[in-house]
Amino acid sequence: MNAKNTLKTAITGLKMQRSRSLLTILGIVIGITAIIMVTALGQGAQNLILGEIRSIGSKVIAVAPGRQPEGPTDFISMFSDSLKEKDLAVLRKKENVPHLAKIMPIVFGSEVMAYQADTYRPTIIGGTDLFAEIYDTYPDKGRIFTEEEIKSYADVVIIGFKVKNELFPDSDALNQKVRIKGRNFRVIGILPHKGQSSFFNFDEIAVLPYTTAQRYIFGIKYFNRFTVEADSEDSVLQTVEDIRITLRNSHGITDPAKDDFFIETQASAIDMVGTITSVLTLFLASIAAISLLVGGIGIMNIMLVSVTERTREIGLRKAVGATAKDILRQFLFEAALLTMLGGIIGILLGALFSFGISLILSKALALSWAFVFPVKAALLGLIISAAVGLIFGLYPARKASSKNPIESLRYE
Amino acid sequence: MSENIFPLIRAKNLSKIYDGNFTETSALGGVSFDVEAGEFLAIMGPSGSGKSTLLHILGFLDKPTSGDYYFEGKKMEEFNDEELAGIRNKKMGFVFQSFNLLRRTALLENVKLPLKYAGIAEKEQDAMARRALAAVNLPEETFSHEPSQLSGGEQQRAAIARAIVNNPSIIFADEPTGNLDSKSGEIVMQTLQKLNNEGNTVILITHETFTAEYAQRIIRLLDGQIESDNRVSNRRFNGFIK
Repeated sequence: MNAKNTLKTAITGLKMQRSRSLLTILGIVIGITAIIMVTALGQGAQNLILGEIRSIGSKVIAVAPGRQPEGPTDFISMFSDSLKEKDLAVLRKKENVPHLAKIMPIVFGSEVMAYQADTYRPTIIGGTDLFAEIYDTYPDKGRIFTEEEIKSYADVVIIGFKVKNELFPDSDALNQKVRIKGRNFRVIGILPHKGQSSFFNFDEIAVLPYTTAQRYIFGIKYFNRFTVEADSEDSVLQTVEDIRITLRNSHGITDPAKDDFFIETQASAIDMVGTITSVLTLFLASIAAISLLVGGIGIMNIMLVSVTERTREIGLRKAVGATAKDILRQFLFEAALLTMLGGIIGILLGALFSFGISLILSKALALSWAFVFPVKAALLGLIISAAVGLIFGLYPARKASSKNPIESLRYE
Repeated sequence: MSENIFPLIRAKNLSKIYDGNFTETSALGGVSFDVEAGEFLAIMGPSGSGKSTLLHILGFLDKPTSGDYYFEGKKMEEFNDEELAGIRNKKMGFVFQSFNLLRRTALLENVKLPLKYAGIAEKEQDAMARRALAAVNLPEETFSHEPSQLSGGEQQRAAIARAIVNNPSIIFADEPTGNLDSKSGEIVMQTLQKLNNEGNTVILITHETFTAEYAQRIIRLLDGQIESDNRVSNRRFNGFIK
């Protein structure tokens, strides 16, 4: 029997037990759905984060204290006091880092802010007047602080959109006094609604001169970050090297393995995000793949039942001229068709669900989350589901093909 | 060797022993006979006489323990399993007591089944299946019916159509009237007789003398041995002894 006829025979065989066939493939459907959802959402998350990183600009370089964290539990390396005022001074020198266009030291933390009886806990960021430029967010009311205010430890604050709404729901916040750690700050600017970025929610921040934040809020003499902008994209790599050498000299480090700071660029961040999300996606997808295994065993089970039930049919087919190979192919085709059908349903459901989730994420959470249909995962899912059918269908099909025609015809 | 010298079927000392767990059961104990092309042979005997075993061997569905079986002059052992399947498909037709039609499948499709394994083009399949169904006097409107919508006699005639659709050299019928009332059984036997008159070789297995009398020749088996091998003097035609 040729392949086309075998296929038709297999389809007819499946149609005869429609509801059982559908129930049988449920495991495959769930498995493929899960894989498609995980990859679609993983890709969406990756695109979102990459978009955020790109929006900061490819000329931006971040210098952080400590070592590069080696894993999610490596907290200690993130809290280090190795970046000091003198580092800021040496980095600003043209002869050390010639392509450095801008540098902003940053300190951050969380503190309670109060206005009259209302309180709110924003993320406090100590920076410079470059803050607005680097993060591309300018106060729509009021102004950014001046260099003079930075030098003089001025008690001024720029608040985010949500901070304003929480503390000043009905009144104008500009020039009002808010209290942080018992100290009064004058609100000099209010940021427009911008929402979540990969680093922080711009609506929930309060920006202070870094000098004020260091001395009066956090009581520290070091920095949590230096944000550097190179004068052009081409000089980013050169600038990274210059910063590294300058800081090593400044810290008296000769062994690169003992660096007490690390430098990130947009390119390295993109790299890292890509690695993290693909490892995570792979991990979740392989968990989902377990259901394919379970589904495959279900298929095998049902096919075995089907082979027993159709013993007479097998005997008859052999009597009218089917070879063992014909019977083997018929049952293998049935199993593979069944699982491929499951795969297709799974791909459709997975696409539908992940589209729904992206819709919810973008509408309800105001994220710029775009739905991505994972074409590669869909193709892979189709191949895997067919393979599951062939692998788990082989044993029942062999059993069917090796049946003795006489015994089969006698079977009641 | 040419077909002129060899008969269609030659059985030489065929025996079959079934291996049980502790005992061996002899189903056939050395059976020899020839069947010429165009014959209508009935093999009779009580249950356990070995008639079904003999038919299975003749139909390439089983293999003898010893002895030689020649089909169209060629020894059975000379064929491999795939060739045996090919001969079953093209040169043999089977009719079973319990019809063995595929359920929930139209008669026309059931009759086409051997043609599918023969690799015959789809268009031709349809014409051949219709011709076969017409040959067993089934009306056109039943072609699209499923077996469960038809009477036992009609189902058995469809099964006969399936057996003859490939123009086989021989038709094997294993108790074809066993599940039928006498009226339907008569029609089925007349159909087989008509096919024989048209030149088909038929080997029939039955335990009813009434049914066997449609044949030209009756071999009686008892305990795996041939008890008698006679021409039928009072042959039945269209249900009446002539």
